[in-house]
Amino acid sequence: MILYALRRLAAAAAILLVICAATFAIFYLMPADPAQGACGKACSPERIAQIRATLGLNHSVVTQFRDYLVGIVAGRTYGTGAQVVSCPFPCLGFSFQTNEPVWRMLTDRLPVSVSIAVGAAVLWLAVGVTAGVVSALCRGSLWDRAAMVAALGGVSLPIYFTALVLQYLLVVKAGLLPYPQAVSLTADPVGWAESMVMPWIALAMLYAGVYARITRGEMLESLGQNYVRTARAKGLPEPTVLRRHALRPALMPIVTIFGMDLGALLGGALITESVFGLPGVGKLAADAINSADQPVILGVTLFAAGFVVLANVSVDLVYAALDPRVRAVG
Amino acid sequence: MTLLTVRGLSVDFLSGVRAVDGLDLELAAGRVLGVVGESGSGKSVTSLAVMGLLPPDARVTGEVRFDGRELNGVGQRTLRGLRGNRIAMIFQDPLSCLNPYYPVGFQVAEAYRAHRRAGRRAAHRVAVRMLERVGIPEPERRARAYPHEFSGGMRQRVMIAMALCLEPDLLIADEPTTALDVTVQAQILDLLRDLRERSGTAIMLITHDMGVVAGLADDVVVMYGGRAVERGTVRDVFYRPRETYTKGLLACVPRVDGPLPVRLPTLRTPVTAAGEASEVTV
Repeated sequence: MILYALRRLAAAAAILLVICAATFAIFYLMPADPAQGACGKACSPERIAQIRATLGLNHSVVTQFRDYLVGIVAGRTYGTGAQVVSCPFPCLGFSFQTNEPVWRMLTDRLPVSVSIAVGAAVLWLAVGVTAGVVSALCRGSLWDRAAMVAALGGVSLPIYFTALVLQYLLVVKAGLLPYPQAVSLTADPVGWAESMVMPWIALAMLYAGVYARITRGEMLESLGQNYVRTARAKGLPEPTVLRRHALRPALMPIVTIFGMDLGALLGGALITESVFGLPGVGKLAADAINSADQPVILGVTLFAAGFVVLANVSVDLVYAALDPRVRAVG
Repeated sequence: MTLLTVRGLSVDFLSGVRAVDGLDLELAAGRVLGVVGESGSGKSVTSLAVMGLLPPDARVTGEVRFDGRELNGVGQRTLRGLRGNRIAMIFQDPLSCLNPYYPVGFQVAEAYRAHRRAGRRAAHRVAVRMLERVGIPEPERRARAYPHEFSGGMRQRVMIAMALCLEPDLLIADEPTTALDVTVQAQILDLLRDLRERSGTAIMLITHDMGVVAGLADDVVVMYGGRAVERGTVRDVFYRPRETYTKGLLACVPRVDGPLPVRLPTLRTPVTAAGEASEVTV
C-alpha cells in the first residue's frame, strides 16, 4: 500500500513536470513578446532591452525553463547588479500588470475558490447521489422520470445562464440575498454563506444532474448483481442489502469523478466567479487572459493543473483503500 | 416428514414466458432431491420461487409449503426470517455471488448476524469455525481475505459455509458445481455429502449434470419445459427410465468406458411446447 502510494506520487511529480514544460512552451514561445507585455504600450527600445535582460529572455529557452523550475522549487532572483529582485520560493514570477508576486496573487484568491468548490461539492453530492439512488429504487416511476428530466435540465443549462437567473430572482426580485462579495469565513460566517449560496446552487445544478444520472445507472447495475441476490438469500434486512451490497459498489465510480471535479474546481471556477464577480483563482485567470498577463496565466495554469494532479493521486489512493482488488494489483 | 411441498407451481413473467408450468415437488427432511433438466427447463426459477427471490416482474401461482407453512404470497418479513435461517441457498457462480468489497469472513458472519443476536467478534468466530468446517485451510487468516483471493472451489466452500452457518433445514443448491472444474466438482460434492450426513440438512440439488445427481441425490425429478416429466428414486430413474425424454437425457452423458470414437446423441425437440416432452426423438 505504501509502495503503491509512493509510485502514484512519483508519477504525479512526473506529470507535473510535463505540464510545466508544456505550458512554458506555449506561453513563452508565443509570438507576443513578454518584454513588450511587461513594459506596456509606450515603451522605448532601451527599456525593452533592459526588461529582456532582467527577465532573462536573452537566454536560451532551455536555460529559461531551468530557471523557471528552479524558481518554483527553490526561489530565484531576476536581474543583475543593483537591480536584483528576489523572488522567494515558490516563485512563479511577477505580474506584468501589478508587479505582485504571482504566488501571492494565487494564495490570496484561493480561499474564495475553495469556499465555492467545497460548498458546491457538498450540495451536489447530497442532492445528486440521493436523487440517483431514489430513482434507481423507484425505476420507471413518476419520480424517476421527473428527476431524470430535471437532471438533464441541470446538465444542459449553461452556468452563466443559471447564475444570472439566480441572481435576478434572489437578489433583484426577492431581495433575499446581497450581491456576492468576498467575505472571510472566519470574520463573518453569515455574510460568507450569503455570498456563497448562489455560486453553490449554480455549480451544484450543473454537477448534481451528472451525479444523479451516474448514480442511478450504477445503482441499477449493482442491484442486478448476483451478490445482491446472495445478500437477500441470507435474509439480510432490505436496507442493509441496499446500503452495504448495492450502494457501496455503485459509489465507486462516483469517487473517481468526484475527485476529478473537485480538483478541477479548486483551481478556480472561471465562469461562476466571473459572473458573480467573486475574486477567486478563476476570476484571476479570466482577468489575466484579458490583459495578456503571461506570468499570471502561466501561474494559474500550473496551479490548477497541480490541483487536478493532486486530486487524481487522491482518487487513486482512496480507490485502493475502498477496493481490495485495486490494492492487490497496485 | 415432508419438509417442502410444491403443488401446481407456475411462474409467469411479464414478457409472457411461462417458466414453470404446474410443477409438483416433494422433499422430505434430511433427503436429497435432484432436480435435473436442460437449460431453460425452469429449475432455477423454481428454486428462486421457493425463496421468494424472483424479480418483481414474475408472477407466482400455486402452493409452496415449507414445514407446514404456505410461503407463496406471504410478506417479505416472513420470508426474510426463513431465508438463510431455515432455507439457505448456494448458486452457480461463486465469484459473482460474493461481494468483492468485503472479506469472506465478514460475509459469512453477516449471514449469522442476520438471524442471531451476536456481536461482531462472536459472529466472526462462528465464521472462522464454519470456514474450517468446509475445509478452508488457515481459516483464521483466510477469513480476512477477499473473494478475488480465492480459487473457484474455495469460493464455493465459502458460499457453503455461509449457507450452513445457521444449520438450515433445507439447502437449495443451484448448479453448485457447474462453474468448477471436474476435480473441484468432486471435492464440493464430497463436502455436500459429508455435511448432509453430519447435519441432516435436506438438499434440493438443481443441476443439468446427471453424474452429480447420481452421486448425491436420493430422489430425482426430471424437468422439461417447466414441468416434471419423470420422478422417482435415483435408482429407478437411472436404471429404468420410463420417459423417452429421460432416456434421451441419459444417453447424452458421455461415458468414460464407452466405445471410441463416438458421436453423442442430441436431443432434437423444439423447447417451445412443454407438454411434448414425451414425444422426444432421440
